[in-house]
Amino acid sequence: MKVQVLVRLKAGVLDVQGKAVEHGLQGIGFNEIANVRVGKLVELEISAGGEEEARSKAEEMCQKLLVNPIIENYEIRTIS
Amino acid sequence: MRVSVVVFPGSNCDHDVIHLYQKVLGSTVSSIWHRDRDLKKPDIVIIPGGFSYGDYLRTGAMAKLSPVMSEVAKFAEQGGSVLGICNGFQILCECGLLPGVLLQNIGMQFLSRFVSLRVENNSTTFSRNYVVGEVLTCPIAHGEGNYFADREIIQQLEDEGRVVFRYCSPSGEVDSSNLNWNPNGSINSIAGICSAKGNVVGLMPHPERSSEKIVGFVGEQSGVKVFQ
Repeated sequence: MKVQVLVRLKAGVLDVQGKAVEHGLQGIGFNEIANVRVGKLVELEISAGGEEEARSKAEEMCQKLLVNPIIENYEIRTIS
Repeated sequence: MRVSVVVFPGSNCDHDVIHLYQKVLGSTVSSIWHRDRDLKKPDIVIIPGGFSYGDYLRTGAMAKLSPVMSEVAKFAEQGGSVLGICNGFQILCECGLLPGVLLQNIGMQFLSRFVSLRVENNSTTFSRNYVVGEVLTCPIAHGEGNYFADREIIQQLEDEGRVVFRYCSPSGEVDSSNLNWNPNGSINSIAGICSAKGNVVGLMPHPERSSEKIVGFVGEQSGVKVFQ
């Protein structure tokens, strides 16, 4: 099963990359933008009996490696 | 003194520490490869700076999975003295041996310069040769050195006196909003902290690079006292 893990910096955690992108976009004329945040997408394929099992495996991966809970939130999406 | 220096693919400050302990301090030093499980019975373990595993995913995140780090964790649990410098500090935070995390520098740039550090706690193995309030000068070389933890953790670190080194002015004043003194934007100008028992210490600056006469650091401002 194809799984996507979306990792985002928590609200309130300084995102200097987001700030740089924001300044860059404004610099090329996109003055209507604000609050740019840059996250990460981890795509993986999991051999699992079903969606629930794939999700619970992905959950465990987030807790053990993919996410640092001090600064990041995550969202798991199953694709197929 | 027996010192073990842990080496990961991407470590690049291991030889600085090995040189210092061997040639300057006359200690017995072993390099421990990340796949090894034998720490060679050290008195002290050093996790040196660099870019372990290319800093993939997050700085220090991959290194925490290596076999050697489970041995370092056991050594630390038994009260062994562990020092993480720069990437070593990031690894210790990712492992949970120290609280918090190092975010990207507030000014977005990789910083390679000298900083002044004020010693806040001299009860650890790595700060015992300093007087509290003493100021030393060290280089920094990092892109992610902006110390962050939630409010409760910061309060706990402050209440328990676990901030070991703070960024400061050359005369020892601390002002976290002054980016000349606190260049990466760390909360409360935190440059280095210790574990609850005090045996695990991590700091972003490189005292091993300000420990010899040849690089112009002797006497009061010397980083060598971290290692003696």
